[in-house]
Amino acid sequence: MLKIKNLHASIEGNEILKGIDLEVKAGEVHAIMGPNGSGKSTLSSVLAGRDEYEVTEGSVDFLSEDLLDMEAEDRARAGIFLAFQYPVEIPGVSNINFLKTAINEIREKKGEEPIAAKDFLQRVKEKSKLVGLEGKFNNRSVNEGFSGGEKKRNEIFQMAMLEPKLAILDETDSGLDIDALKVVSEGVNKLKSPDNATIVITHYQRLLDYIVPDYVHVLANGRIVKTGGKELALELEERGYDWIKEEAVKA
Amino acid sequence: MMLEATVKMSNKEKFLSHYGMIDFSHDKESFVEKRRAAEKALKGLEFPTSKTEYWKYTRINKLIRESYQLGPADVDSDIDLSVPTKNCLVFVNGYYTDELSWTEAEAGIDFMPLSEAKEKSDKLKGSFDSLTKKEEIFSMINTAYHQDGAYLHLKKGKAAESVYYIVNISAGNQPMSNPRNFIYLEEGSSAKVVMKHISANEGNSFTNQLSEIFVEKNANLEINKLQSENDDAYQISNDEVSQEGSSQFKMNTISLGGGLLRNNLNLDLNGEHIESWMNGLSLLHGKQHVDHHTLIHHREPNCVSHELYKTIADDASTGVFNGKVFVHPIAQKTNAYQSNANMVLTDDASIYSKPELEIYADDVKCSHGSTTGQMDEEAIFYLRSRGIGKKKARAVLLNAFLTDLVEQIGVEHLREEVQSVIDKKYSGVK
Ligand SMILES: Nc1ncnc2c1ncn2[C@@H]1O[C@H](COP(=O)(O)OP(=O)(O)OP(=O)(O)O)[C@@H](O)[C@H]1O
Ligand SMILES: [Mg+2]
Repeated sequence: MLKIKNLHASIEGNEILKGIDLEVKAGEVHAIMGPNGSGKSTLSSVLAGRDEYEVTEGSVDFLSEDLLDMEAEDRARAGIFLAFQYPVEIPGVSNINFLKTAINEIREKKGEEPIAAKDFLQRVKEKSKLVGLEGKFNNRSVNEGFSGGEKKRNEIFQMAMLEPKLAILDETDSGLDIDALKVVSEGVNKLKSPDNATIVITHYQRLLDYIVPDYVHVLANGRIVKTGGKELALELEERGYDWIKEEAVKA
Repeated sequence: MMLEATVKMSNKEKFLSHYGMIDFSHDKESFVEKRRAAEKALKGLEFPTSKTEYWKYTRINKLIRESYQLGPADVDSDIDLSVPTKNCLVFVNGYYTDELSWTEAEAGIDFMPLSEAKEKSDKLKGSFDSLTKKEEIFSMINTAYHQDGAYLHLKKGKAAESVYYIVNISAGNQPMSNPRNFIYLEEGSSAKVVMKHISANEGNSFTNQLSEIFVEKNANLEINKLQSENDDAYQISNDEVSQEGSSQFKMNTISLGGGLLRNNLNLDLNGEHIESWMNGLSLLHGKQHVDHHTLIHHREPNCVSHELYKTIADDASTGVFNGKVFVHPIAQKTNAYQSNANMVLTDDASIYSKPELEIYADDVKCSHGSTTGQMDEEAIFYLRSRGIGKKKARAVLLNAFLTDLVEQIGVEHLREEVQSVIDKKYSGVK
């Protein structure tokens, strides 16, 4: 589904990603862990199509298309979804109108009719329940005045509404209380299917108890320096990152 | 042999010479007297210059140097005014145009051309020109040389069912007009009014409009002023409002078209428990220049005023806002809220914003805020990352910026009209 080869990316002349290789197949869950500032959010931003980053080398294939050649909105329409580490507040735009606009834009580009009001409301009801929101934020402005945890839940709610093929969750767990963590992870798990894939970026092994990854990657200083199974996360929790950095230097 | 004297006329003299020919002797005597008094006042007034603080950001040289034509002009009777109401008075170049107007009388409401009301209305006779600022040159020009305008009078307790439309059309070659309106709501009455300014021509025109507005006790008036002339049109507008106790007044100024627009809105709150709203929505493009000056006098205790002005400035346009709130010493428990928010879409667009609070009472709540920003690129990316295209994302954000103002428009048809202008204007934004 996603094939990243030797990806290098810079911002304002600073190289942040220094050769990333990663392949994600349908049905898989990949976890990316790594120290602060190692480039995890940069990678997700580059995949989502943020203009500020300049890709200097490498390629990204998504469903056999050149992802790097696509505008951010076209990537979303093709099935990429990024749950932001820091969701943006949009005063004056209601959550519900925002989602309706997004869904209809996506449909329009596929040559489909706008979603029927009834179907839309049904979907809102169903999906907001999935993340324990019960329609609570429908008429509020997108993320405006939401607590940290509420913003994260709202990201997953949007993901549920948009049904992406590849979801990238950038530290969706940080800021969530224990109960919310469970609800959100259950939501993510329910949305999992053999046809879609998930990349979870996290600092905490705890999340991976709920969303069980097939692979755990460690990103340090702009490179994936180690890949393992879910037990790698446990090891990282115990030993920190230094030993991996040392290993990487030796290698 | 004749002696040729070269007399150098000042800008003012040249400008006023436009009016030399017109004969207003058909006016009733008391109004002719007012005209003469204003002409006299004009002798002591000059056009504002770059040194005039009140006009600091608005140059009017090009406006006063043009030469204009005075007089009615033909307007196609099929013209679509987009006015679904039972009462609409239409003025072309300041002159009442019966063929384009229609009215359906409501009991207790007089709605007629000012020229007709001059024959009939005691209130008009007694109060005409009582609210105008005698030191304001454009107001005095209007008093001296106004052609016609609308007169709306609601008797005590009368709630208007119809929306009252006053349409001013600029037509023909280089027209100049001085429309003069007079609106009088007696105690406990209520009405909604739309003033629409449009062009049926291309090229320059100058509209110097003035309205005197009296809102008596417990009365409730909403005025929506829609300025959508062509982009070579000049307009100066003075709206003088006097409110009595427990009355409510709202003015929504919606500036969409016009090259140079200057709106002076002056409110006098003469009683207690008055509530007032001053709203402005300006969508600027090209080289448009729109200047809103508001002044509100809180003269008595326990009144609330709200002020919300927003401008979106695209291309090389300029938006000016100057809002003065004056709280007099006895006006305790005044609440005055003022907010001016602007969005600039290009590096060439400019905004000048100046709130001025003069507060002479101690137990008051006054707030003011002024912000000027650009489109929030983070928000744009967020929307795009959900599949919303760039153009649409911008439109969504601009709409969100304007929505609270659009909701202030209490006339549904107009609200829809403004909304559709917004949709059209920003669906194709770069
Ligand atoms: N505009 C910029 N100019 C220079 N450096 C930048 C810029 N933006 C981000 N960076 C740097 O890029 C590096 C990677 O940042 P990124 O947000 O990808 O880290 P992260 O792995 O997501 O960290 P965290 O775990 O704290 O979320 C950081 O060192 C950051 O300071
Ligand atoms: Mg990060």
